[in-house]
Amino acid sequence: MSIVATERTGFPAQRDAAPDTLQVENLSVRYATGDGNMVALSNIELSMAAGDFVVAIGASGCGKTTLLSVMAGFLEATEGQVRVNGRVTSQPGADRGVVFQRNALMPWLNVVDNVAFGLKLRGLSKRERHDIASEKLGLVGLSGFEGRMIYELSGGMQQRVGIARALACDPSVLLLDEPFAALDAFTREQIQELLLEVWSATEKMVFFITHSVEEALFLATRLIVMTPRPGRIEKTYQLDFGRRFLAGRDARGIKSASDFIQWRETILNDIHQDAGRPIR
Amino acid sequence: MTSPSIDVIEHAPSGKQKPKTTRYRRLGEGSAVAATLVSISSLLGLWWVSTHLGWVKPLFLPKPEAIWTAFLQASDGELDNHTLWGHFLWSMGRVFSAFLLAAIVGIPVGIAMGVSRLARGVLDPPIEFYRPLPPLAYLPLMIIWFGIGETAKIILLFLAIFAPITLSARSGAKSVSQEQVQAARSMGASGLQLIRFVVFPAAVPDILVGLRIGMGVGWTTLVAAEMVAADAGLGKMVFNASNFLRTDVVILGILVIGLVAYAFETFLRLFEAWAVPWKGSL
Repeated sequence: MSIVATERTGFPAQRDAAPDTLQVENLSVRYATGDGNMVALSNIELSMAAGDFVVAIGASGCGKTTLLSVMAGFLEATEGQVRVNGRVTSQPGADRGVVFQRNALMPWLNVVDNVAFGLKLRGLSKRERHDIASEKLGLVGLSGFEGRMIYELSGGMQQRVGIARALACDPSVLLLDEPFAALDAFTREQIQELLLEVWSATEKMVFFITHSVEEALFLATRLIVMTPRPGRIEKTYQLDFGRRFLAGRDARGIKSASDFIQWRETILNDIHQDAGRPIR
Repeated sequence: MTSPSIDVIEHAPSGKQKPKTTRYRRLGEGSAVAATLVSISSLLGLWWVSTHLGWVKPLFLPKPEAIWTAFLQASDGELDNHTLWGHFLWSMGRVFSAFLLAAIVGIPVGIAMGVSRLARGVLDPPIEFYRPLPPLAYLPLMIIWFGIGETAKIILLFLAIFAPITLSARSGAKSVSQEQVQAARSMGASGLQLIRFVVFPAAVPDILVGLRIGMGVGWTTLVAAEMVAADAGLGKMVFNASNFLRTDVVILGILVIGLVAYAFETFLRLFEAWAVPWKGSL
């Protein structure tokens, strides 16, 4: 796939020259439950800069989605805060584009209007927003699908529309919550490669949640392993498998190399140790 | 590389005969037109036979031809001071003004009840209280409050239509997914934008069902509304005819009301298929 060079469309008007950053500072989240409090997240510290592709992995209940929800502004932090480009955020905003696992597109709109949804909210003219939306659709390989309806698309195409939509508002960071979990294995590998290419073309910060160790290793520049009760970041690893792919290496070759397999076992071990014994 | 589809084409029998295929069966699939035709013609046949053989007295059930005669008389306005067309227009006017009013008020109210606990708390008790009441029960109240003019009739119809439209809009507003709301918010949607561009479109399929039910209820309530001091209207025509034991005119009125309601139901269904092709698909 050719990588479309993204010239900033001048929107939002003249972004600051400073590169994007995101800080999660001393973040804790407690839910009230029937028998007291449940600590979903405890003292999370995370710092991201432009070009970072951070993947969070961990067993169910380790607080990955809670962390993403706080970053997106859907959920209030009990303690601590999230800063995007230095500013504390507490509400959802167009500086953070979110891609969901499913059910998040608007089926009453066609593909291009779904992608242009956020631009319409800001009052851009139809022509401006369709130009931007078409460019983003090109990035995810869906040029020519502008007029299709959402229900006519396969699951993988729908997720690509979701990515294009998140990019259309030109956010500082992309937050993806298990975006490929509902896709079949073949589609999933293709769309992982596509996401790496989009990331490389746009240089956005990416925060990505997954249950798949292989997906995490392949995509991440930084992999954080989270453990439950209380949810916290147990380990952080720097990785470069995705960069190898972008440098032209074959994806299957990367994933079947011995260092990739060693990493896989390491991460699985990390997750299982703290999730208790594997269920037998 | 050989494509398997080429094999299929080669092996397909030539000529007009279709190749044998297989598919999954579903409960109640296929066209029901034949059964419908049999059902309707049997009912008409039974009617014709039972009246012509004298099984039933004309007072209870007139012959089909008698209905046709009544239709011709009514069309010419020989029964009372109005033609059938005039009765029809009066009734249409009432049902439609009430329907429009109920849609204009009921859809926003229902959406508000779906998204705001204040609106839900304030409006849920009165609506749920009056909704199951038969319109005939509160008709006297309408007359005492609003007199015997058009206002009372339209308000009676309005109340009957308002409840189903409101409740369907409310349940439609609830059908929007949490992800759709969050996605819109993370694209910068304000509260009002959220309602206009996400909640309302998501509610449209349910609203259309509510409009269909409301239209049906409107025609159901029509006779009750026109019983009192109406000058013209299909309901009035039926009510008058019953006083004079003109069973043929009663049946004529029932047929006309039924056909009109059926035509609107069909139109709204077609409209629904056109307007919300995505219904149930995501």
